[in-house]
Amino acid sequence: MNLFNTVLIGLKEIWSHKFRSLLTMLGIILGVASLVGMAAIIKGMENGMKEAMVAMGGVDKVLLRVQPVPSWQDHLQDQAPGKTMVDVQALRKSAPLIRLVSPEMGIEDATVSRLGKNFRPEFCSGVWKEVLDMNLHTLAHGRFFNDIDEEEARSVCVIGTGIRDELFGKPEDVGKEIIPIGEQILINGQPFTIIGMFTKYMSEQDAKEAALKAKEGPQKAVAGPKRQKGWGRKGGWAFWSKNNTVYIPLYTAWVKFRAVGDLNGVPDPRLTDINLKVASLDQLEPALQQARNVLMMTHHGIEDFTFQTQENQLESINKQIQNARLSGGIIAAISLLVGGIGIMNIMLASINERIREIGICKAIGATGVDIFIQILVESLVVSMIGALLGVAASYGFVEVLQLLTPSANTPVITPMAMVVGVAFSAAVGVTAGLIPAFKAARLDPIQALRYE
Amino acid sequence: MALLELRNVSKIYHLGGEEIRALDDVTLDIEAGEFCSIIGPSGSGKSTLMHILGCLDSPSRGTIKLDGVEIQKASTSQLAQIRNRKIGFVFQFFNLLPKLNVVQNVELPMIYSGVSGRERRERALKALELVELGNRLKNRPSQLSGGQQQRVAIARALVNDPKIIFADEPTGNLDTHTGEIILELFRNLSRQGRTVMLVTHNPEIAAVTPRRIEIRNGKIADKVDARLAGLDRKVAGAGAAAAH
Repeated sequence: MNLFNTVLIGLKEIWSHKFRSLLTMLGIILGVASLVGMAAIIKGMENGMKEAMVAMGGVDKVLLRVQPVPSWQDHLQDQAPGKTMVDVQALRKSAPLIRLVSPEMGIEDATVSRLGKNFRPEFCSGVWKEVLDMNLHTLAHGRFFNDIDEEEARSVCVIGTGIRDELFGKPEDVGKEIIPIGEQILINGQPFTIIGMFTKYMSEQDAKEAALKAKEGPQKAVAGPKRQKGWGRKGGWAFWSKNNTVYIPLYTAWVKFRAVGDLNGVPDPRLTDINLKVASLDQLEPALQQARNVLMMTHHGIEDFTFQTQENQLESINKQIQNARLSGGIIAAISLLVGGIGIMNIMLASINERIREIGICKAIGATGVDIFIQILVESLVVSMIGALLGVAASYGFVEVLQLLTPSANTPVITPMAMVVGVAFSAAVGVTAGLIPAFKAARLDPIQALRYE
Repeated sequence: MALLELRNVSKIYHLGGEEIRALDDVTLDIEAGEFCSIIGPSGSGKSTLMHILGCLDSPSRGTIKLDGVEIQKASTSQLAQIRNRKIGFVFQFFNLLPKLNVVQNVELPMIYSGVSGRERRERALKALELVELGNRLKNRPSQLSGGQQQRVAIARALVNDPKIIFADEPTGNLDTHTGEIILELFRNLSRQGRTVMLVTHNPEIAAVTPRRIEIRNGKIADKVDARLAGLDRKVAGAGAAAAH
């Protein structure tokens, strides 16, 4: 008895009870669809998180963080130097495994204003041009600072599109893109000239939506006063904050905002951030060791610093994804299992109905193994058809999910989830068929033939 | 050597500690090409004998040789293969599979014996020609009359070219006229040299066969009851035709 015939007879059996078979398959269909949907949601989350991480500077970015000195150095606490330009220079000279060192001097409580409009940017700091590579910025218009701007502490700035949107108007609102190069804005009351503007950073999904909107043409004007609909911001925080950035030359930041000193009249030489990029991720460990050695020199052995790598971030993303996958997988597996129980139930009912037929088959020469395989294949065929329908249904399911989830985490269908779903259904189908098949195979032909 | 040799065959059932001898020490030979009927009242062990002859069941005691091979010790799956290749069954209630059409029903035994698709179709068609149903190939059993269904069942029994054909009350569910047609079909098969065994309690059918075996209380009767064998009109000679 070859497999083709067995499958054919199985299909015939299923076809002769279309509605019942469909109901039976429904468990598997929903199970597979929920498995694929779950995997798609998780994949979307993963994509969103990774995109945001890249927006924040990529995996090879290392943050130098200040931390309280260790307990045995408590008495040196007041001598801890913090992050200063000395560190930056030393790292650049003596740590070859560190590819990039980017100092940032943040301006506290910065407010940018123009013609009476005020706005608080997310980031406002004095930087070197290394910051472009460090934070993965792309300049769309104008130029970035050069060495002369730095040397002469010129009052120039480069802004993100978020600042432009706030002070000059959004392209969506004014109908054209304003490129405010050469315009003057005030940062904490001091005039600065805009010499460059970054591109608009957004997640892939937002980019797609924007492109779609652009294709649709101008939107119909909405009646009533101009208003923003809804709180919060679209896209991720990472993209939003990256767009709301104002950079000025580092030396300018020092001269205009720090050198005058604080209440005590002493200027604070400390930087807000020193960001590093390692030459290669494989060399992360030795590079950090090298940087530590250098910094221990400049800090006179006071260990008031630590490193924060995106590696941790990546790890935590992976861990979150793994957890989500596990819990989602268990739920989907349970629903598939329930589907399998449904199949077993129906197969048991079905062989009870067909005792006489099984008796006939045995009388004309079917062995127990033939019957066993027949029932098993039937169960497998039900589950496989269910699995394939489930895969088809998952497309629709994910379409719906795409409408429900935040745009940065758009669900993405993964082929792997489909393979796993189908394989698991096959296993469930075979397992569900075992007991009915065994029962059918053991039927005594004489009694089965007499059965009414 | 006979086609089927039964030696001291007994079949014993145990029902709640009580021993029931459905067959009691039966010795019987059936030669190739014979056309005979097994007769007997209900509960006489007629069906049990047929089940054992037809390899649907194994005896409790005694030996059976089919085609020179001892089969009383065969496993259920070995018995299934013997049924498949050497025995054809025709039942009272036709016992066709309702979801398969006529050709597929006839092809079924060959599926279990592993005949290739093309040969299966060829042989099924030939068998259906033989029972004059070559024009109803795609019909479902439920679309056929009783006589036609029984002819399909006969085609199915013939298709693996069995050594012996068992028919259990083959006309029991048919009207007289159709029954005669079916009976004529068996007679033709017998003329072609096939071994055919009819199990019946109908004297008129038993009268058709040259040899009659009567079972009474699990034993083969020495003398065939003339009325049961349908011979009451020609009582003389009944002994000659009886079981030996």
